[in-house]
Amino acid sequence: MTDTIDSLCKNCLRCVQSCPGQVITKVANAEYKRLGNSYWTPDIIRRQWFQAETGRIPVSGAGYGGPFSGPGFDDMWTDMSEIVRPTRDGIHGREYINTVVDLGRSLRYLRFDAAGHVVGDAPKKIEIPIPIILKDLPLGSLSESVFLAMAEAAQAMDTFMIAPVKEWKPYLEPYKAHLIPLLTEAEIDTHGELIRGVRIIEIQLSDETAARLSRIRAAYPDVLIMVRVRLGERSGEEVLALTRAGADILHLCADRDGNVESGNGPRFVKDVVRSVHMRLVEAGCRNEITLFASGGIAMAEHVAKSIIVGADAVALDIPLLLALECRLCFRCEAGLSCPVEVENIHPEWGKSRILNLIAAWRNQLIEVLGAMGIREIRRLRGEVGRAMFFDDLERETFGRLFGKRKKRESVGN
Amino acid sequence: MNAALQSETGPEGTAHSGRPEVRVTPSRFRNAIGKYIVRRSKECIACGKCADICPYGVHEFAGKTMARPKDYRCIGAACENNDFYCVRQCPQNALSVRLNPILEVLGDKRWTPELLISTWYMAETGEVPPGDIEYKIGDSGGGFDRIEFCFPPGREPDAVPDDEVSLRIPLNRRNDGRPEVEIDMPVYGGGMSYGSISLSVMIARARAYQAWNSFTCTGEGGYPEELYPYDDHVITQVATGLFGVREDTIQRVRIVEFKYAQGAKPGLGGHLLGDKVTPAVAKMREAVPGNALFSPFPFHSVYSVEDHKKHVDWIKHINPRALVSVKVSTPTDVDMVAVGSYHAGANIIHLDGSYGGTGAAPDIAKKNIAMPIEYAIVKVHNFLKEEGIRDEMTLIVSGGIRTAYDVAKAIALGADGVVVGTSELVAVECIRCAACESGRGCARGIATTDPELSKLIDEDWATQRLINLFAAWRRQLIEILRKLGMRDIRELVGRTDCLKHFDYE
Ligand code: SF4
Ligand code: SF4
Ligand code: SF4
Repeated sequence: MTDTIDSLCKNCLRCVQSCPGQVITKVANAEYKRLGNSYWTPDIIRRQWFQAETGRIPVSGAGYGGPFSGPGFDDMWTDMSEIVRPTRDGIHGREYINTVVDLGRSLRYLRFDAAGHVVGDAPKKIEIPIPIILKDLPLGSLSESVFLAMAEAAQAMDTFMIAPVKEWKPYLEPYKAHLIPLLTEAEIDTHGELIRGVRIIEIQLSDETAARLSRIRAAYPDVLIMVRVRLGERSGEEVLALTRAGADILHLCADRDGNVESGNGPRFVKDVVRSVHMRLVEAGCRNEITLFASGGIAMAEHVAKSIIVGADAVALDIPLLLALECRLCFRCEAGLSCPVEVENIHPEWGKSRILNLIAAWRNQLIEVLGAMGIREIRRLRGEVGRAMFFDDLERETFGRLFGKRKKRESVGN
Repeated sequence: MNAALQSETGPEGTAHSGRPEVRVTPSRFRNAIGKYIVRRSKECIACGKCADICPYGVHEFAGKTMARPKDYRCIGAACENNDFYCVRQCPQNALSVRLNPILEVLGDKRWTPELLISTWYMAETGEVPPGDIEYKIGDSGGGFDRIEFCFPPGREPDAVPDDEVSLRIPLNRRNDGRPEVEIDMPVYGGGMSYGSISLSVMIARARAYQAWNSFTCTGEGGYPEELYPYDDHVITQVATGLFGVREDTIQRVRIVEFKYAQGAKPGLGGHLLGDKVTPAVAKMREAVPGNALFSPFPFHSVYSVEDHKKHVDWIKHINPRALVSVKVSTPTDVDMVAVGSYHAGANIIHLDGSYGGTGAAPDIAKKNIAMPIEYAIVKVHNFLKEEGIRDEMTLIVSGGIRTAYDVAKAIALGADGVVVGTSELVAVECIRCAACESGRGCARGIATTDPELSKLIDEDWATQRLINLFAAWRRQLIEILRKLGMRDIRELVGRTDCLKHFDYE
């Protein structure tokens, strides 16, 4: 007998149970178990590989075998609608479910002159067909091929890719319309021409940003200004100030595992985004601005959940690397060689893998929207009423029966 | 039907005298999977000592030599303190016992390897497994897996005979002039269509439920003729695709189930992959072989409770002796949905929670959409009570009921009874590989209509395994009631005071 082709095993164990010599057993692959880290689990990695390879959404039989709930995104469920709401059939294409989002500011109200004509211009807006942009990668054995693959994919999907200006080389020029240069404030002054050639720029937040926004806007009136806000304890106030100062888009970033530093231990990106969103709602200006969330977005469901808690869209990073077969071994971070040589991919292959992954994610978003009876992803934003949260459900049901819940162990964030 | 079973169960499979009989029905595979592995080395001289001492029947003679140990019966670590511990007693030091390394790749958080093994054991023997195999609770970290009964301390279980403890539940409480259907245990079988499972499994389910005077459900895939002998124990489904629904199928049965949604893929309708639409399946569903079949979502003719009522009325008109069950999933407003079904005239409201089984569903749906059944039971039970209609509705729940203890907990949380599916499949040796949807389906002959693969399941064998499983469950349920000082499962409904939750102070 030759060696087994383990990757084909469907885990039915018939060989184990039928072997007359009882010599076959099955063990977990130690290398598999070492993939990723506690957040980017082997299971998540494997699923993204599958989607990037096939473009298909993961489908399986039998019930869900995972934990009851969990930390991070796993402490909420999305809603479905049962019988008394309008028909929806978007999943199999007989009706249309829209995943377009608008980037940019909205007016709070219109002004009219005495003759009844609208005064002033509507703010510039850009539509993208999916609530996803591609973010600069936080790690990886990166190369021109990788950036090309991403830029090609962003262009093909008519969305955007964020590229730090230091990576900005001539080969990226053809993709300019789909690139968002990421700049420090100092770099703004030295990259005027580059900025005039794009549709959106992203600025790293500093103490000066809010004060300087109007000057930047005046210098580049045709460019949407996105500000990268590293989430922290002051995020609510920062975001409010930036909204009032006229930023078009805010990009709320957690670390790559979705954590946000705070005084009493890390908080999870979804919870921080929810409170930032609520801060803007309370201040009456949420609708004026576009919010992106990033960090810890690892699966399609995280896009839906990020939007439910208040983001308009997300910026993806590590899943793009996974699409390129990255194993998240973190060797590259230590300056070691990449076992799958991500840097040597063919850009066309990389592009297709990224497209496959995001196509599969979009299809899953549509499943979730379809189940809720929502035909328009813009309507999902902040719709916490169409989600159920572990804490709320526990309190409303078991809390009534069993009293006070002990401090959370399994579900912490 | 094999002759022995026939003589026990009478012409229609119903018991002559009380209960269907348990018959030991081992695994159909050569190597049954157990928690422990027992190995006998070449040093063995076949003295037979181990066979004499082990009370669990692990060791047997096969002619002059010893047979392969039936190690799935071994209690393993728990045996070390016994005088009869064979490893120590063997004069040749020929025996070894160790944990089965396959546990690591078997099962999952909800169906742990031990729950699979214990269910197999019950299906083989009709008894709970001895030793330290966990047969009550899984490892999901929430819901049923964090809830336990608190039996009154110091109270001996009541010494009443099994037959004086009632597990019967009525399914019609409305006084609507329709039949008073009762089932002998608070469990019936969930919808599994012809197409998603093989005909032999379907028939085995019908026979086992008939034997226990309960029901199985056709799912949405038509009503195979082979089920006609079991009409009185079959629920037929009217689902959104209306596959296989005819006047005749509605009129055959005592319960018709409207399936609005399914917990494993709430809000998404159904999908039978083209490969599974064999000519036989296509004929049953009046469709084209090889073409994938979609059940849309939701009913395209139901936009309101009034529309819903109109449909219920149609069914009631076509079959005046049928009860109507409404199967829904668990959205945030599940309590309102239940009340709506009451006003539409349903006899049974069946809530299917989010973690239940399926033939195929997008993983994103299985994991994320709708709430787990544990919450929904509490919400709906309380809401129906507040509305003053709890006593008129039969509340049936499903979606992650794996063990007899889950059944009892669901009832204590407020359900009248439960629907199961996966446990039955595990009883016929489903291994939870989740590959039901791939290709022609299940490599173990369960979730398939492939003619070759289906041969892996023998109807008699499967029937008896299911009968055994329910016998084991029944005993456990009776034991739970005895320990609580109850005589009737109906006393347990909503008795949350009998439960404790490990995560609450
Ligand atoms: S007791 Fe030891 S030597 Fe004797 S039959 Fe059993 S294994 Fe063989
Ligand atoms: S360890 Fe105990 S239960 Fe297992 S085979 Fe030996 S005597 Fe039997
Ligand atoms: S394919 Fe696997 S999970 Fe599905 S029924 Fe068969 S054994 Fe069970």
